[in-house]
Amino acid sequence: MGASQTRAANKYQDLTEKTGFSAEQIKNLHTRFQQLSGNEETISRESLENISALSNNPIRKQIIEAFFDKRNQHQNEVGTFQEISFEQFLMVMSHFQPPTLKTTEEEKEAMRKEKLRFLFNMHDTDNDGTITLEEYRKVVEELLSKSGAIGQEAAKAIADAAMLEVASTNVPHMAPDDFYEGITFEHFEQILKGLEMESRMHIRFLDVDTTTMRCGKSTS
Amino acid sequence: MPSRTGSHSPAGFGRSAPERGLLLLTVLVLLEGSVLPLGAASSPDISHHANSDKHQVADVGHNATKKPFPVLAVEYDRVQIPFEISLWVLLASLMKLGFHLIPRLSSIVPESCLLIVVGLLVGGLIKLAGEEVPPVLDSRLFFLCLLPPIILDAGYFLPIRPFMENLGTILMFAVVGTLWNAFFIGGVLYGVAQIQPANPSDLHQLDLLPCLLFGSIISAVDPVAVLAVFEEIHINELLHILVFGESLLNDAVTVVLYHLFEEYAGVGTVTVLDGLLGVISFLVVALGGVLVGAIYGILAAFTSRFTSHTRVIEPLFVFVYSYMAYLSAEIFHLSGIMALIACGAVMRPYVEANISHKSHTTIKYFLKMWSSVSETLIFIFLGVATVDGPHAWNWTFVTVTVILCLVARVIGVVGLTYVINKFRIVKLTTKDQFIIAYGGLRGAIAFSLGFLLNQDHFPMRKMFLTAIITVIFFTVFVQGMTIKPLVELLAVKKKQEAKRSINEEIHTQFLDHLLTGIEDICGHYGHHHWKDKLNRFNKKYVKKCLIAGERSKEPQLIAFYHKMEMKQAIELVESGGGVKLPSAVPSTVSMQNIQPKKPPPVKAAERALPQLPKGREEEIRKILRSNLQRTRQRLRSYNRHTLVADPYEDGFGDLLLKKQKMIELEKKIKEMNNYLTVPAAPPDSPTMCRARLASDPQAYSVKPTSDRVPTIQVDLASPQSPDSVNLLDEFRRAEQPRGEAGPDQGLMMKPASAQSGPNKSREDDESRDQQQKLMRCLSDPGPSADEDEDEPFLP
Repeated sequence: MGASQTRAANKYQDLTEKTGFSAEQIKNLHTRFQQLSGNEETISRESLENISALSNNPIRKQIIEAFFDKRNQHQNEVGTFQEISFEQFLMVMSHFQPPTLKTTEEEKEAMRKEKLRFLFNMHDTDNDGTITLEEYRKVVEELLSKSGAIGQEAAKAIADAAMLEVASTNVPHMAPDDFYEGITFEHFEQILKGLEMESRMHIRFLDVDTTTMRCGKSTS
Repeated sequence: MPSRTGSHSPAGFGRSAPERGLLLLTVLVLLEGSVLPLGAASSPDISHHANSDKHQVADVGHNATKKPFPVLAVEYDRVQIPFEISLWVLLASLMKLGFHLIPRLSSIVPESCLLIVVGLLVGGLIKLAGEEVPPVLDSRLFFLCLLPPIILDAGYFLPIRPFMENLGTILMFAVVGTLWNAFFIGGVLYGVAQIQPANPSDLHQLDLLPCLLFGSIISAVDPVAVLAVFEEIHINELLHILVFGESLLNDAVTVVLYHLFEEYAGVGTVTVLDGLLGVISFLVVALGGVLVGAIYGILAAFTSRFTSHTRVIEPLFVFVYSYMAYLSAEIFHLSGIMALIACGAVMRPYVEANISHKSHTTIKYFLKMWSSVSETLIFIFLGVATVDGPHAWNWTFVTVTVILCLVARVIGVVGLTYVINKFRIVKLTTKDQFIIAYGGLRGAIAFSLGFLLNQDHFPMRKMFLTAIITVIFFTVFVQGMTIKPLVELLAVKKKQEAKRSINEEIHTQFLDHLLTGIEDICGHYGHHHWKDKLNRFNKKYVKKCLIAGERSKEPQLIAFYHKMEMKQAIELVESGGGVKLPSAVPSTVSMQNIQPKKPPPVKAAERALPQLPKGREEEIRKILRSNLQRTRQRLRSYNRHTLVADPYEDGFGDLLLKKQKMIELEKKIKEMNNYLTVPAAPPDSPTMCRARLASDPQAYSVKPTSDRVPTIQVDLASPQSPDSVNLLDEFRRAEQPRGEAGPDQGLMMKPASAQSGPNKSREDDESRDQQQKLMRCLSDPGPSADEDEDEPFLP
């Protein structure tokens, strides 16, 4: 018992360093991971799709894809996985950590960049380094997908307007014949500067295990 | 007369004799007055009495000698109360005006300070004149008339998102912080009072309960003062909402503590049972107030659903329902402030979806106006009341109070932040704590509560009042004046001035969904999850009940987008076709730069178009321009019963769609055909982006470079005449090339657009034919049938 505990602790130690979670948080996430995977080593897309709470979410597909996107693993690879391990699951989750009182300004900047990169990857589905008009339209359409017909008509207009805004903020003077290829990462950072991503894009990772509090119900 | 007396305050004392006489007369008359309800009650009697007198006199007159008919008579009593009130309001407004005319003053000294000084001067003047100062800060007047507009303004425009996100923190500061302050100050004051050995001072008479009562009065952060000062320092949203939210929510605590101690101060003891009842009372007061407010809010929202035919009185519903909420809460001694906030915050999203744009503007401006006047009056009255007294200065008491207030506040904030930071994700830094502590200003509410005290139960009332006034002065003057430089010095984050952009809105929504999704994947019900659930409940059930028509299904993003479009259109129109562009960056980017390149389908047609001779072009321009002018004049109606249907109001969504199409139409004309560019824009102002609704009467802010209507006899195109519609339809039909995927359907921020509008010139058939020929040529496959464009352009 003691040996396995220390082994577990060491394993978690490794992960703590890599991802920045505390041991408690990793333990809870691991429990959740086991629940989702049915005690297997890896989870596939189906396991995430089976979460019923997600069914109401308009951008469900993108969220699930983000877990399987190699770009979010900080290893300079591209492509997608078919299944991911716990470590990879944690890596994706680590994008959602909040800054602490001790985070310095540079660390906050780095954190912001990382989070914005995550968002960028979610939008840039073909991985060409820019978000084209088509891709952006898709994003807005998905956002409005639960709103029926009104949503679809307006989606195009909104996406176009948004794109225009990005272009005019970043490249103010274009000749009439120039073509704005797409939103690059720098432009993306620029337009979302005001949102202070490092303070907004986070969830509360509990130190208390809530999954067991729901009395062993199936993952939903 | 009003204007002269209106300027009688600090402008100076050098006046001529008759003016001074008039001044004294007015002042005399002013001072005779008493507060509104009493005055109102008596004046009808007076006038009635006067009438019956007149009758008697008339009867008597028949028998007695006939007096000459009075050509001019003075009867001041009848109008006394409204007159005095108007005088005060006028004074307040003129003061406000005056401050902003003196450029440097308003940047150094916050307005609230200046207003108190004015009040002091006015009070001084009145005293100098030897008269009694009217009890202007009478509690009824204050709580029933002066305070509600300010609170309603704050509540209606409360930024809900940051408020809700920080609700826990705010509540901690408001409830626990105020309790701590009250007990600490009261307790220490009592201790100090007891240990005063040397002086025979009346301090020894102070019991614990009055001390605690005093503590509870003085400890509440005042929303009026906070608003007045924080408004000018533009601090970041988080701090603003924390201090401001605290000042609003501590009302419940103050109310309970005040009543509790007041009740039992006479008796002398408070038992544990009473304490417990106090706690329960607090819950009742707070939650009850919110509930009352929410009920009235929902009623208001529901009412606004049916106001589409009576747009004129829409703002009235908002005001009356809110005021009723406040008064209803006051009936039961619940927290009126919380009721008002809840009412405003609950009704706003639904009411705004239902009411017309003009009503929205009206509500905004009325609220700002009333709250501004109220605030000004409150500060002036504070000054006047200070002069009035009655004062009982006690050095020990006052200085100890001031020091204690500061100390208690600092300790409270630091201690609470330590606890709060354990639960917050984005922690509060030391700088934040300092600003929160420093921003705890006291104001007129404390004074009014002190004023309400019964002299018999509280023999130390005068001393309390003096101390309260001193603390108020200290916080408003010292803290109010120094907070701005301190904010600069500490480099506290300021409010972001940039307007919310569509990209930010998209990503805010995106983030919401993303974070909810991640929480679901993690398996715990975090606060995103509950927010999402609430939103879905709102969308599914509540919106359907409370919002009229199609808007109930409109998703938030689209609503935001429409609102933004509207704002930009109005801005451009209001800037009179000037150089001011909606975005800070003047940009030449237009839709073409974004759309993937496609060979324009009608390039061939371009070359085939005949060139218009220059003269003809001018004529056409003049015709169009004059027509637009006439249309604008025609649409101005001053009859409030037949307010011309505003294009912004009904058929809003349709209109925007039409507007979009108009814009793309204009753009196409401009692109493919440079001649019909109307009106001739001055070369330096970008012709692009005059998103003018053809039906918007104010849209034609075209400065007519030729004021004289051309000699060509133009038959006015009535906006509803079928011919103009047809022509317009022709325009549109001609411009909608069938089958094109329509990449240009989005709103052009800065389209190179040409002005077009309903126009008709029967006389000038030739030019019309020319135009039609042009139009026919412009489109390749011919008119496409668009059914939804059969309606007249103006509803």
